[in-house]
Amino acid sequence: MLRRLLQAVVVLWAAFTLSFVILYLLPGDAVLTKLGSAEGGPSASPEQIAALRAEYGLDDPVLVQYGKHLLAALHGDFGTSVATGDDATHQVLTALPPTLAVSGLALVLAIVFGGGIAVLGTFTRTRWVSQLLLSLPPLGTSLPTFWVGLLLIQLFSFQLRLFPALGSTGFASLILPAVTLSLPTGAIIGQVLAKSLRTQLAEPYIEVVRAKGASRRRVHFGHALRNAGLPALTLVGVVAGNLLAGSVVTETVFSRDGLGRVTAAAVTAQDVPVVQAVIVLAAFFFVVLNLVVDLVYPLLDPRVSVRKEVPAHV
Amino acid sequence: MALPLLLAACGTAGGASPQDAGPPRPGGTLRLGISSNPDCIDPQQASTNASVNVGRQLVDSLTDQDPKTGAITPWLADRWTVSPDSTSFTFHLRSGATFSDGSPVDAAAVKTSFDGIKALGAKALLGSSYLAAYRGATVVDPATVRLDFTQPSAQFLQASSTMSLGVLAPAAFRHTAEQRCQGTGLIGSGPFVFTSLKPNQNILLSKRTGYRWGSPLWRHQGEAYVDKIDFRVVPEPGVRSGSLTSGQLDAITDVQPVDEPQFSGNGFTEPVRPNPGIVFNLHANVTRGVLTDEKVRQAVSKGVNRPEVTSTVLTRNYKPATSILGSATPLYTDLSKELAYDPAGAQALLQSDGWLPGPDGIRTKNGQRLTASVLFSAVFNQNQSVLELIQQQLRKIGFDLKIELHTNSEVTRLQQAGDYDFLWYNVTRADPDILRQQFSTKTNNRSKLPADNPLDASLNEQSATVDPAKRKPAAEQAQRTIVEQAYSIPVFELTQVLGVGPNAHDVGFEASSRLQLFDAWVSGS
Repeated sequence: MLRRLLQAVVVLWAAFTLSFVILYLLPGDAVLTKLGSAEGGPSASPEQIAALRAEYGLDDPVLVQYGKHLLAALHGDFGTSVATGDDATHQVLTALPPTLAVSGLALVLAIVFGGGIAVLGTFTRTRWVSQLLLSLPPLGTSLPTFWVGLLLIQLFSFQLRLFPALGSTGFASLILPAVTLSLPTGAIIGQVLAKSLRTQLAEPYIEVVRAKGASRRRVHFGHALRNAGLPALTLVGVVAGNLLAGSVVTETVFSRDGLGRVTAAAVTAQDVPVVQAVIVLAAFFFVVLNLVVDLVYPLLDPRVSVRKEVPAHV
Repeated sequence: MALPLLLAACGTAGGASPQDAGPPRPGGTLRLGISSNPDCIDPQQASTNASVNVGRQLVDSLTDQDPKTGAITPWLADRWTVSPDSTSFTFHLRSGATFSDGSPVDAAAVKTSFDGIKALGAKALLGSSYLAAYRGATVVDPATVRLDFTQPSAQFLQASSTMSLGVLAPAAFRHTAEQRCQGTGLIGSGPFVFTSLKPNQNILLSKRTGYRWGSPLWRHQGEAYVDKIDFRVVPEPGVRSGSLTSGQLDAITDVQPVDEPQFSGNGFTEPVRPNPGIVFNLHANVTRGVLTDEKVRQAVSKGVNRPEVTSTVLTRNYKPATSILGSATPLYTDLSKELAYDPAGAQALLQSDGWLPGPDGIRTKNGQRLTASVLFSAVFNQNQSVLELIQQQLRKIGFDLKIELHTNSEVTRLQQAGDYDFLWYNVTRADPDILRQQFSTKTNNRSKLPADNPLDASLNEQSATVDPAKRKPAAEQAQRTIVEQAYSIPVFELTQVLGVGPNAHDVGFEASSRLQLFDAWVSGS
């Protein structure tokens, strides 16, 4: 357990450092971006630019900047956003709930529909139904999220007027973005689950179960699905990352606030404090999520234990 | 499926046409879709379009500017006097105006506000450029304030009408610049007060009750009509226009050229106003490569087909440039003859100058290719398409224009370093002094002109007097010199295009083409 915690700390530190290095390597800085975003405006004098740089600590040597940021970050302080003047931690934490709401709902939809398609597609004996269902996941991964979002808005908001096209107020505003976001994720879950269900169904133990007289339903849901579900579960950790990445697009299309929008804006503005707050938060989530998955795994599969690290070649 | 039924039901639920709206009536909320998240809504610090449109509603200015004539008119100041050399401006404030915290709009408050803007430095990008020569303010008496400048600053009179020099309450300066950006302590005397801000979502303003010191230029006096303005941030243009047509918004800004046809002949209106100031232009660095040759620059200017740019890449709402200044700028001079499309003239000019066509159609002279690059960023969505079209047009006269897209920060850096052939940009400003900002050897000098150039004198002259009789010829001379010497090649006028639904009325523009929402009202909601 201690080793896992240590790993987590290293991951967080690496994420922090890498984001700093990448932002530092980009030409320009937040002050130049801020001044440049003014609509062609009267450019500031070099003295004024220098004064602003000094105020935001951007004229310090790079190692000093890094040290300052790291030290403050250890206290949960990521500094002030150069672009908006808001406290970086505050900005990221307020953007978190709307993203979690959409991603959470999208994850549920993805599991229900992606999983449902995989289970039904492998269970049905009607060949064309099976083929139709199992062709959906590859289709789902190939549709651009952006386009799907606009299509859903056009139909369900502008034409049918069932859901709002913009904003993050109320449950109704969650539906369209969550459906949009769940599509690629559900497709991945569906593909992986269908594949491992087929693999399981071809395993010798299934023959044994069948020979014992279990019904087809019992074989499929009771035995094959239980074993096939494990790889799909580990996948949830990965798709959670997909959901965060996809939120940039859905939040823009659906005019929502959230981590995606904040991150995209901060990267564009080279707003180091905000980018670092986002990245450390995201890394933190991954670490926790993977830890949870690892802890849940042995509950489902007694062969796996957390304490004993099983060497790969066994 | 119930789908066709529902569609049919929606089809019949049309909106009221503007004709049966009747007289303006108070109340309601104006839901206004804007294209980007305003990073900072403090009008003194704001510099992006999205921000200034919000900030403008919160503050009053010392003066106002008539959008039709460009004349400076009273607002917080009843009257004013300007010293003969335009270094000293004395404003006599009207009585009875208060900030939303109850404190009076008096000479001391005005002084605090102007000192505050000066102290912001580059954070108040626009304001600090207007106050570059600001020496200080003197409270003559509670209703009289004098502002002094270290050098002639005729532009200041117009600047005093902008939201960048809008007056904030002394209490506002007890908060940090960053807090004011987010709305905290944003206390003005304007017709609307700040209510709430959700980043990337919306900004809510409420009507200031008891407001009765509006600009005499406005259509009505007293309080604003709408109870609330809900600025909704809607980045995706298709969603913005769809939300308007489906009634989820009352009005939107930044209608994209491709979306414009949606709003004609169906109860929607499309208010349009070209931005005053420097038009979108290819600003030449005359110290670099082929652009050092005056004849080359002139040929480029003749080789740009401006009407084709506006009619193919943009829409009828955008005007081809007819001077380096936009037609909505005071003291603008019509130079459309000088800027006419003349490819034959361009070719002849280049030919006589020794630039002869090479094997690939691009001209050369003594082994040098006739080529230059233009730096631009995507601040205006259509920039890339416009420049690609200009590139094709110039190819016809044997000029190879290379277009280089950069990030905002990279453009700023290269511009500061002087590392460019052409710069592509525009600046919004309803005063001809904006030319001095970009062309004078004492300011940005984007053309990198030498000290003894013919332009400086007329630029200085127009900055030294507010008297139009003396200022007009100087401003005209400056525009003429820039166009004739082709220090810069004007192309088209940036234009604000709004979409307004059947229930919203009188959403208008002030002189700098920012939104003016005091007279706006909503019906049928």
